[in-house]
Amino acid sequence: MKDSKKRATALPILVKTPTGIQGLDEITGGGLPTGRPTLVYGSAGSGKTLMSLEFLVRGITQYNEPGVFMSFEETEQELTTNVGSLGFDLKSLVASGKLLIDQVSVERSEIEETGEYDLEGLFVRLGSAIDSIKAKRVVLDTIEVLYAGLSNTGIIRAELRRLFRWLKDKGVTTIVTGERGGETTLTRHGLEEYVSDCVIFLDNRITAELSTRRLRIVKYRGSAHSTNEFPYIIDENGISILPVTGVRLNYPASTERLTSGVPRLDAMLDGEGYIKGSSILLSGMVGTGKTSLSASLIQAGCRSGKRCLYYAFEEAPNQIMRNMLSIGIDLEPWVKKGLLHFHAVRVSEQGLEKHLLTIQAEALKYKPEIVVVDALTDFISLGGFNEVRQMILRVVDFLKMHEITAMFTSMSESAATEQTGVGLSSAFDTWIHLSNVQGNLERNRTLVVVKSRGMAHSNQVREFVMSSKGVELVDIYSTAAGAFMGTARLAQMAADEASDVVRQDGVASRERQMAEKRRALEARIDAMRADFEVELKESEMVIAEEKARDKALAAGRKTLANHREVKQPAGKGGKVK
Amino acid sequence: MSTKAHPDYGNTNGVKEWNLRLFVTDWTPRCVVAFKNLNRICEERLKDKCKIEVIDLLEKPEMARQEQIVAIPTLMKTSPKPEKIMIGDFSNEDRVLKALGFESPSRSSSKEV
Repeated sequence: MKDSKKRATALPILVKTPTGIQGLDEITGGGLPTGRPTLVYGSAGSGKTLMSLEFLVRGITQYNEPGVFMSFEETEQELTTNVGSLGFDLKSLVASGKLLIDQVSVERSEIEETGEYDLEGLFVRLGSAIDSIKAKRVVLDTIEVLYAGLSNTGIIRAELRRLFRWLKDKGVTTIVTGERGGETTLTRHGLEEYVSDCVIFLDNRITAELSTRRLRIVKYRGSAHSTNEFPYIIDENGISILPVTGVRLNYPASTERLTSGVPRLDAMLDGEGYIKGSSILLSGMVGTGKTSLSASLIQAGCRSGKRCLYYAFEEAPNQIMRNMLSIGIDLEPWVKKGLLHFHAVRVSEQGLEKHLLTIQAEALKYKPEIVVVDALTDFISLGGFNEVRQMILRVVDFLKMHEITAMFTSMSESAATEQTGVGLSSAFDTWIHLSNVQGNLERNRTLVVVKSRGMAHSNQVREFVMSSKGVELVDIYSTAAGAFMGTARLAQMAADEASDVVRQDGVASRERQMAEKRRALEARIDAMRADFEVELKESEMVIAEEKARDKALAAGRKTLANHREVKQPAGKGGKVK
Repeated sequence: MSTKAHPDYGNTNGVKEWNLRLFVTDWTPRCVVAFKNLNRICEERLKDKCKIEVIDLLEKPEMARQEQIVAIPTLMKTSPKPEKIMIGDFSNEDRVLKALGFESPSRSSSKEV
């Protein structure tokens, strides 16, 4: 802070006078050089007079700086009438003593030049006019007329040089207008030779049967300025310049979410839908359902009480509402409630700049939370690729600045490539591509989220189904045999179900077979066991018999021995010899 | 005034009076030269018939706007009609005379009334 203050006092900084003209102060970094003349030149009808007059009117109404308008062409009456339609009431400004209009008429046919002269009369007029209302701003429109009225160009040159020096000494901020010149000079009579501080060029071009006005700062001595061409328009609010630089990449980034109106789509978008204030591109060929998806967003928005604005460049609002009603989206109640507003205009009705401005103006008027621009690609016919790009970029930036969730539909030329049609995909946060897949004698719609910044989104292609109940997303039926949609999906699902039944039948019979086998096996086991039991019993009996016989034999032998042994002494045991 | 030197005054013979208004911005050298030149011409051609009103715009700046003055010096001939505006220091006498309503002396000298 201290350093910059020191520098400010050490170096003279160019003081600027704000013009109050929308956009001009932004691109000039604060306005025109205070106390110096600025040259505004351009072709006929480019708005030089209007711009200079607006400079004075705004000076009076916004900055309380009285102004003198010295007109060399139009009378005060003509000027008053011409700008009356722009809401500038010159009469009352003149009456209040803040504005002084002096019409200078120099008719060559009425004047006889009899020798050397100077333009001191002009100086006196201007000087007294400035002094009488304490003017801070002066306009000379168009001083070049002097060249037509007087023949001695040497004198005029010398006097103009003196005039501009004198104006600088007076310390008034001046706009000098000039006609666009030929090859070698900017203006017809080389006014730029005298006015070297700031030069602004107004261009009025006709491209594609639409006039586009462009402003360029050719020169601004001692000041950084934008060298680009800026489109400007003249409407009921005067001149508006549309600076790209006016919008910077510093818009707020929200984390709030917003439903898309299609639950399955929300699920694809990280489960929560779009990010509030983000820009969404909806691309797809004709008839892929772009408008329907937009209408879903609007309906969901209106349901939660959000104000919505629909820029319709293709269809009339009534037509959109009727069509959406056929898929169960009734927008009319929201229109009646004042939550939804349609801005419908044919693209060819206005130039690009005018469109851009009306889009901005409408948004500022209705303060919507959600807007739909249907369709972006319509603008391509209005200008070159770059101009359209710039314009769209401005719209996107503008809406982002105002934290408006914006959905832009864009018609692609071919289904094969994901095209925005305007080569602008980077400007959008979320890009949803809709396509038609034709096969099996039917067309099916698919939806895929190409990108979505700031969220983990699904990479799956979904089938997009529109019915009388609205828009729905259906999983694409994918099996080892492929992916199926539409009736093919239904057919495949049915076929798969059928084959399932067959297979399941197979399993059951097999199970039965096995059970039987088991039963058979078990029966055999039982039989074998029974046999075994029998065998076991038999062998037990045999064993018992044998044992019994052994016993019997032993008993028999004893009896025999007893019989054979006669009187055997008791002490010698029963030893048999 | 001498009719010998200038026998033909065109159709200005019947004119009783020339009313001229000279606009100056103070007596700058150019204005002085202009006034002298004008006076000389009037003396020679319009003796006693010429009224010159000198207006200093620095004193009456509003007159500049009213009278549509751009160049200095400017001379307005308010009568006889038609009104004429001359600018410059009147060093081109032919042009002054023409604007005052005289035909060019060089061409008209041979003509008879």
